Amino acid sequence: MSLRMLKSILLKIGFWALVAVLVLYAVFPFYYAVVTSLKPSSELFEVSYWVDSIDFFNYAAVLSQPTFLAAIRNSVLVAVSVVIIALLLGLTAAWALGRVRFRGRTMVMMIVLGVSMFPQVAVLSGLFEVIRTLDLYNSPGGLILSYTIFTLPFTVWILTTFMRQLPDELEEAAIVDGASPWITLTKVFMPLLWPAMVTTGLLAFIAAWNEFLFALTFTLTDTQRTVPVAIALISGGSQYELPWGPIMAASVIVTVPLVVLVVIFQRRIVSGLTAGAVKG
Amino acid sequence: MAAQESNDAPSENARYPGGNGSSRPSAEGPHRERGTRVRRQRVRAAWLFLTPMLIGLAVVAGWPLMRTFWFSLTDASLSSLGGAQFIGFENYLVFDNGWYGILADPLWWQSVWNTLYFTLISVSLEAVLGVIVAMVLNARFRGRTLVRAAMLIPWAIPTVVSAKIWAWMLNDQFGIINHMLLGVGLIDTPLSWTADASLSMWAVIMVDVWKATPFVALLVLAALQMLPSDCYEAARVDGISPVKVFFRVTLPLITPALLVAVIFRALDALRVFDVIYVLTSNAASTMTMSIYARQQLVEFQDVGYGSAASTLLFMIIALVTVVYLYLGRHRLGGGK
Amino acid sequence: MASVTLEKVNKRFGSTRVIEDVSLDISDGEFVVFVGPSGCGKSTLLRLIAGLESITHGDLMIDDTRVNNMTPPERGIGMVFQSYALYPHMSVYDNIAFGLKLAKSDRQTVDERVRQTAKILQLDGLLDRLPKALSGGQRQRVAIGRAMAREPRILLFDEPLSNLDAALRVQTRNEIAHLHERLGATMIYVTHDQVEAMTLADRIVVLNEGHVEQTGSPRELYERPGSRFVAGFIGSPKMNFLTVKARREGGAGCRISVPGMGEHVLSRQLNSDSEGGAVTLGVRPEHLKPVAATGAVGFNILNVEYLGSEAYLYLETPDGEPLVCRTEAPSAFARGERVTLDFAPHQAHLFDHEGRALPPVDASEARVSATMS
Repeated sequence: MSLRMLKSILLKIGFWALVAVLVLYAVFPFYYAVVTSLKPSSELFEVSYWVDSIDFFNYAAVLSQPTFLAAIRNSVLVAVSVVIIALLLGLTAAWALGRVRFRGRTMVMMIVLGVSMFPQVAVLSGLFEVIRTLDLYNSPGGLILSYTIFTLPFTVWILTTFMRQLPDELEEAAIVDGASPWITLTKVFMPLLWPAMVTTGLLAFIAAWNEFLFALTFTLTDTQRTVPVAIALISGGSQYELPWGPIMAASVIVTVPLVVLVVIFQRRIVSGLTAGAVKG
Repeated sequence: MAAQESNDAPSENARYPGGNGSSRPSAEGPHRERGTRVRRQRVRAAWLFLTPMLIGLAVVAGWPLMRTFWFSLTDASLSSLGGAQFIGFENYLVFDNGWYGILADPLWWQSVWNTLYFTLISVSLEAVLGVIVAMVLNARFRGRTLVRAAMLIPWAIPTVVSAKIWAWMLNDQFGIINHMLLGVGLIDTPLSWTADASLSMWAVIMVDVWKATPFVALLVLAALQMLPSDCYEAARVDGISPVKVFFRVTLPLITPALLVAVIFRALDALRVFDVIYVLTSNAASTMTMSIYARQQLVEFQDVGYGSAASTLLFMIIALVTVVYLYLGRHRLGGGK
Repeated sequence: MASVTLEKVNKRFGSTRVIEDVSLDISDGEFVVFVGPSGCGKSTLLRLIAGLESITHGDLMIDDTRVNNMTPPERGIGMVFQSYALYPHMSVYDNIAFGLKLAKSDRQTVDERVRQTAKILQLDGLLDRLPKALSGGQRQRVAIGRAMAREPRILLFDEPLSNLDAALRVQTRNEIAHLHERLGATMIYVTHDQVEAMTLADRIVVLNEGHVEQTGSPRELYERPGSRFVAGFIGSPKMNFLTVKARREGGAGCRISVPGMGEHVLSRQLNSDSEGGAVTLGVRPEHLKPVAATGAVGFNILNVEYLGSEAYLYLETPDGEPLVCRTEAPSAFARGERVTLDFAPHQAHLFDHEGRALPPVDASEARVSATMS
């Protein structure tokens, strides 16, 4: 009897130890970035696991750089625009793919799926030409345009999944009431799809906020960059003199909004990810 | 996924207004019709509603891809895209007192090898760790929601930021990882993780595993939560050991979800760029196909050559996708 | 208000025929119920009339205008769905007003109509509520209100009571009957429940595997079912069916011998197929009269069900065919006892081997017997 109790206690301890290790593993790097960012530069090169004295010098340094502020502005502008465009185009497309049967639907679904698997680098040169032709090089417009290649497919895919779950009779009731497809979509379905749109919008926002390759390639000057590029290009005199304090401060600044979003909306995000992958 | 799409088509058919989606005209009858007015209106609307998305995809994906294919057959350079001359397959392979072209470039083959190596190792680790994390998150315990939120943090952090954070932690002189390892006596001199060619790939894999495991874990967790609890109760009543239950019951049931997660991750890993670019830049020891192609395209301004590399990468990923879709359809077809 | 005419209407999904050559005249103000087992095509037929499905071929006329190509609102129909399909994010007021607004009615008309509809359906106090804050019966009434607010020419009901509990179902059934009387609208109602059909309909259309099995008033269907299918579908508990031998008896009628019930002479015409062969005798449970048997004759009572107002005896023929007999409650019989059964010849039905009812010898006589019962 006591042996069994001992075993169950040990199991419990083991389980909690595992949880602790996993949480530590997941959270520690970000925690360490916060710790580093709050250190005065004099203590930067002494390894420590917590903050002895809080010093906002690094934050002040980063936020006083006009190029970093411009990068934040650009990132917000790009991500928000991308979300709006993806949701607009995605909703109408999802209605068509999710609620109407027509010849060619499967093909369109395959195209959408195919595009979501494109390696970004495969369209880099072609897209570069398009962006230059449209005179969008080195401007947020070029990024907004190019980001639709990865946000649109999964937006369409996830919204289609959610669109299919709406009852048929609801749409038929709208038809009997005399609603056109556009009215059905905007007046009946959209209000019911808010949760799905929040989910999809969040995923699109995170994807656009984090994008690096296009942002690196299609912008040239400091004032047009987005945050990930700005952080990647923060440099000192040489590779060994990187200003780690300000880099960590900048990292924390751009990550905190995302972490907050994720913690608040974790259920929605999980449902969106699984809707896109498992049911798709 | 696509296989399911076409499989479920006939069954849902009946419930849609004018559901008989066929425009096959019925054979007889004086009043043969193709569908109700409502239905024709809906099909028209469907195409209309799809148009913006299709145009968007054509502009950012279809057309650029075609242009990339074309550039790969030319001597285009970044400064003179318009003045590109057709040169056939010279970017890929040409004999001119020795073999030249991508297929003759050892660095390309190294980047192919690096990419495959990176994909294989990181995705395998992510799958194993993902299942473990999912099993933990699936257990009932106080604070589970909080732990799950914590697990999502690596996924939410921008890749560039996580690469920077890890670069700092892996810093050879002041990094905390070396500090820890020295502290417990595993190493006696600091390792230069990102600069040492034999270590840098492992550093990259470490960061990728850290960042992508939550995604795998979430998909597996979703599958775990849909498992019927009665077969577990039956197993417990029968006194089967938990380890056996995991390998005999749980693992087979979550395999489909795990496979989906693995293929998504594999496709991501095959085109990996940001984490490597930030951690180790263009170093040969970690050069992947995406890094190689971009370096040719942007830094060497050789659009023709870079496009040829991009095209090869695209082909490889398309091949993986097609094989996956074929297997997926095959599996679904057999199951029905 | 309008009449509806279906002429040889057909519907196919791919290669399966769901509706076959259905012709039907529904007159202005009539309450018609489509009834049949699940999968018989009754809902599809309703959706064809609504304009939610396309007619593969055949004509659908409303008030002598061919409407095959019209949208539901152009046809002037209102529809109540099985799941109610209320717009979850709209108040009761907006649910009822939605169609009116889309029809571009001016604000005042919309408001008047909504309030008038709400009054008829006793929804006055609920106009600001969302559907989720309503009871099942209230949702049902909102669905009806939404369907009738545009004053459609025809109101369609697709199994509207199937989501309500038994008590509410009876109440709502009465309300719908009352509503029909009050509005005088043409109503077409689909159900699988023959009790609903019997109680509501002016005329019942029994559907089976996509075709019309029989059309008639509830009483016609009950007393003179045209086929074994209709006989079995209308009435509860189901009509008893027994395989019997029949032969012609003189100039009029036939003589049948029923195992365990002796010989009976029925005034039914045998056709050439059934002459001397096996036919099916149908007698409703309420028309079988049990009499206590002595000795080994008669039927063994397997079970007695007591329902308060009546009782059912469950019997078995010597051939092992089940029989149900309905008697007054409490029953004079108990399980294990034996009874002999008798029935009045005019209450018996005969069906040939294809399930068609054999016609009475003389039509006028049949009518007399019908009025007598």
